[in-house]
Formats: sequence, C-alpha cells, structure tokens
Amino acid sequence: MPGQTLYDKLFDSHVVRSENDGSSLIYIDRHLVHEVTSPQAFEGLKIAGRQPWRRQSMVAMPDHNTPTTSGFTSAAMIADPISRTQVETLDANAREHALTYFRIGDQRRGIVHVVGPEQGATLPGMTVVCGDSHTSTHGAFAALAFGIGTSEVEHVMATQCLPQKKSKSMLVRCDGRLPTGVTAKDLVLAIIGKIGTAGGTGYAIEFGGEAIRALSMEGRMTICNMAIEAGARAGMVAYDEVTEAYVKGRAFSPKAELWDKAVAYWRTLKSDDDAKFDHTVVLNASELIPYVTWGTSPEMVLPVDGRVPDPDKEKDSTKREGIARALQYMGLTPNTPLDQIKIDKVFIGSCTNSRIEDLRAAAAVVKGRRRADNVKLAMVVPGSGLVKEQAEREGLDKIFVAAGFEWREPGCSMCLAMNDDRLEPGERCASTSNRNFEGRQGAGGRTHLVSPAMAAAAGIAGHFVDVRRMG
Amino acid sequence: MEKFVVHTGLVAPLDRANVDTDAIIPKQFLKSIKRTGYGPNCFDEWRYLDVGQPGMDNSKRPLNSQFVLNESRYQGATVLLARQNFGCGSSREHAPWALLQNGFRVVIAPSFGDIFYNNSLNNGLVAIRLDDAKMDRLFADCAAFPGFKLTVDLEKQTVAATDASYVFPFEIAAGKRERIVNGWDDISLTLKHSEQIRAFEAKHHAARPWLA
Repeated sequence: MPGQTLYDKLFDSHVVRSENDGSSLIYIDRHLVHEVTSPQAFEGLKIAGRQPWRRQSMVAMPDHNTPTTSGFTSAAMIADPISRTQVETLDANAREHALTYFRIGDQRRGIVHVVGPEQGATLPGMTVVCGDSHTSTHGAFAALAFGIGTSEVEHVMATQCLPQKKSKSMLVRCDGRLPTGVTAKDLVLAIIGKIGTAGGTGYAIEFGGEAIRALSMEGRMTICNMAIEAGARAGMVAYDEVTEAYVKGRAFSPKAELWDKAVAYWRTLKSDDDAKFDHTVVLNASELIPYVTWGTSPEMVLPVDGRVPDPDKEKDSTKREGIARALQYMGLTPNTPLDQIKIDKVFIGSCTNSRIEDLRAAAAVVKGRRRADNVKLAMVVPGSGLVKEQAEREGLDKIFVAAGFEWREPGCSMCLAMNDDRLEPGERCASTSNRNFEGRQGAGGRTHLVSPAMAAAAGIAGHFVDVRRMG
Repeated sequence: MEKFVVHTGLVAPLDRANVDTDAIIPKQFLKSIKRTGYGPNCFDEWRYLDVGQPGMDNSKRPLNSQFVLNESRYQGATVLLARQNFGCGSSREHAPWALLQNGFRVVIAPSFGDIFYNNSLNNGLVAIRLDDAKMDRLFADCAAFPGFKLTVDLEKQTVAATDASYVFPFEIAAGKRERIVNGWDDISLTLKHSEQIRAFEAKHHAARPWLA
C-alpha cells in the first residue's frame, strides 16, 4: 500500500460514512463563527426547531464589521445601524446557545483566524471550518481547515458533519531558504503567480520543503491563509517542533497527560515518505525577492524590480483583455517600473498579516522614520486584542505613532472595508491583506498586495520600494 | 430549495475570467441578516454608475449601459455563461443568493471557485462545467442569435440548444444532483445518519480524548 499524504490522514480519520457517489460525510471538530455568515444559519436552525449538535465545538466572535477606532466596548456603540444589528444578532445567538464567545470589549477578541490559533482552539489533526474562505489559515497546524457557505454553517451546527468530496492533492515544495527581507507573504505571492488563482482549484495543497520548515507559525499561517487565492479551499503544513512549541500552553490546548497523548498522535501528522501527490510544484525560495501585485487578481503579481505588464505583448485574448481591464481599473500605464508607483494609503493588518511577527517586521522598517507626505493614511490594525497588547508591551505602537502611522483596535478592517475603514474611489493602497479584487477595499479603490515590511516601506517612501534597500 | 429538473431559459454572457464573489455581491450588502433581497445588487459595481449602499431604491439608480447584463436583449435571462474560475474568492453564500434572486437558475463556466460551486448547488443554482471549446460555441451563439435559449436537463445531465443542433453532456455528483432534482433538505438527509454520527463521535473522542 502506498504511503498516505497528510491530507489523506486528516480526511480519512474524519470519515463518518462513505456514499456511493464517491463523497463522504466527514466529522467537524472545530467550528469558528463570525457575525457575517452566521445569522441566516442560526435563523435556519431556529425555524427547523433544531439545536446545535455540539455547542462546545463552536467559538464565536465578531470581526468583519467591528470599528477599529478606540473606545468601543459594546456592539451598541457601533454607529452604522445595519452593522450594529449584525453584531448584536451574534451577541444574542451566542447567548442563546451558551457559546464560547469573545464579544466586543473582550481583550481576546479579534479576527477569527488569528484568535483560533492564539487560543489553542485550533489544534493539529482537527477538522476546522468557518463561514469564511480564509479558514485555510488553520491548515498551518497540520489541520484540515476550509471555508464554507452559510448553508454549510447551518449544516455543521445541526449535524457536526459535512458531505464532502475528497479533493485531489498537490504538493508545493519550496526548496532553499528565503533571503533576508523576503517573507512568507512574498513566497505565497510567488506561488500564486506561478500556479495562478485557479491553479489549486479542486486540490488540497500541502506546503513543504526547507523554506516552509524554516518559517515560524505566523509565516506558515500567512502561506496557508492564501491557499484560497490559488483556488485551493485547504492549505496545510506538516506538524513539527515549531507547531508543538506554538500550541503548548494555549488556553484551549491539552494539558498534562492529555498533552503527551496528543503530541504522540500529532507527530504522525505529516505525509509519508512514499506518499503520492496528484500534482507537485517546485519553487526555489532562495531566488525570490519581495513581490507586489499590480492588477485585480492575486495572480497579477511581479517582483518589485519588475514593470507593469503590457497587454499588447500577451498572445492569449482572454488574458490580454484581462490585463487591459485590470490596468484601466488600477490606473496604471504599461511598462511603468513597479517601484515608481505612488500610493495614497497603507493598510497593515488582516488575517493574512496582523500577527505579532508581522507588526514587528513593519515596525522595524518605520522606526525612526516618517510617513511620506503623499501618504494620507497609514493604519496598523492588530489581529487580536492579545496581539495588540503584546505589541504595546514591546513598544511597537509608539514606533508606529511616531512614524505617523495610526494604531488601531483589532478587526478585519480595510481588508474588505465592511466597517468605516476603506479606500475612496481612485485611492491606491499598499496592503498586507489577501485580495486585490475590484472594489474589495472600497468602491473604486486600488489595492496592491505586499508583505508588512514592504507596506511599511511604501508608507515611508510614498511609493513601492524594495525594502531591502532601505538600510 | 426550489426543485430543478428541466429548465429552458434565455442566455446571457459574462465574458471575463476570474469573476470573484466580491464582484457578484459587494461587501456592503453582506451586513443584512436575511437570506433575501440581494437580487437588485447582483454585480452592483458593474451594473450601476453610482456606489450602492444598503437601503437605496435601486430602481432609481443610474444603470451602466456598458455592462452587458444591462442590455435589453438579456433582460429576463435565467442562464449565465461565464469564464474560468467563476465565483472565486470569498465564501459568501450571498453570491448564489444574489444570482438566484436576480433570476438566474443556471451558471455555465469552464471552472468555478470550489466554495462557490458547493454554495450554488446547496441553493439549487445549477453550476455546470463545460470545457473551453463548448463555452466558446455557447458564447458565439449567444452573441449571434438574439433571444438565444438553452435547455438544461439535470436528470439527464445535458445542456442543449433548443433546436437540438447540439447536446453537451455535463456531470454533477449523484448525491448533490438528487437533492436538487427533488428539492430535498440536506440537513434532514444527514440527520438520518444520527446514530452513525454519534457512534463515530464516541470512537473519535475515545481515541483523541483532548478533543472530547
């Protein structure tokens, strides 16, 4: 019998029953819940007269709609009545079902994909779902984690299971080590640039190789977070001592003899040496430099020393029209060097890049420097109250504020602009988030995805710049 | 979920790749706690010239005459032709809700975002994959013949020209297909296996007591 992939192990250990059409009913260990994709699911449950199957599997918190200006201690203080209703609805549903709930004002609250791991609510070997596509983040812990829609949210609430068809498996092997100043974000942007936004569709991706092994958990979360931008619902990384060190001692992590028992199992959570993948992609991480997206899809990405593409040089007509449309939306001229593109705003945050390591990297760049005059706003939004607290203990907030960067309260913020943090039409942003889609950060807004260090550097220079040249 | 067996409807083309769910339904409309009311905001940023907000009277907003779905010949369309990776991005189920509530019953594309694909079938929006050559044919016919219609038979798994000049087969997993054809409730079907789920859960937690 050939060896198993990590994905095989995770999937197969959760199969409740197999159906004739090749699909399976799989068991869900952890269900993370936020305010945007859950109200209709809770309502559906109520209408059908059902109760959650296992309420202790659920951990809930508002994140998408929450204001990032200081002083908010309750949902009632949100000015936008529609946002307020949505957050209050989650408050009420969490109360009714006695869920583990981090409400506004709770220091542990933040972006669900930052808080889950931080609390140890995400553990190796688990199946983790959430009504949010960036649930792939949790795969960094050798977990099977993927985003679901609201009907599926209701399904998991009511049955603790989901009907699923097993995906194909892909290995993205990243050989070599990332050079200094080149980060997990640059690596994942390079991967997406290579395989395309649909390259991982139908696959579960395992990220492996020396460069992945050398990453911190924060870096691995950044990589898995953007698996969905390559089309893969799930991304994952094998368990190792880095995972173990991160998980140990967290609020929800097992303790004492349960810890030992768990670790013994978790150490099996890697692909066997003779495992077969349906597809393998190899990248040399040691050759990479920082990346910047130039278009309206994450695959529209180039190294910072590149130039805006010229659609006339593209032979494929669908691609050519795609490039032309993207350049028109982005207000860019073909062949412009990427490091001459001026920006209006900087956003450092999101479930991709709002963890302590991200904030440290950005702070190191802005320390002792000042935001460029043409940059109207540079905001730093920590991923959780606890990340914020730690950053403040390290004095990072003061470094940002001294450099003219705003220091905010945790939440999804300008990654998708459901709260008041957004781009105005035509504004250009260096953003550490995950999507540069049209209108994502505000109608007419122009998003360039970069690493935290690159966003910070752009905020100082006023345009994109290779952060390694900032000295 | 509304049953779907055979459907014949007017076809509209959206000839661009990587149409994401942010484009299908922008984020400001996700603040609603309801399942309905998304139709008029389907493709909002392309469809209107102003910036849409919840609560606006959409019938009074200026339409973008350059947007293909606003052309008079495509009004009342129920079948949408799309290109590669349609519905990529965010998991928002509001995207299939918006398409359905805007009148679409079928979307045909070479490939779909995985989450969108499941969300669509879970709501009875029939998402059909056809290869690029067949898509090119459908786009060409849609452009050439005003009033172009297609017939989709979910039981037979075929997309056919109304004059039967071509019949393209497609595949949707049997379980999903059966649920849509019969309009069955997914959760009730799963709950029929409650005992099996309970037995699995007990065994799973016995082997992994830190999860219990």
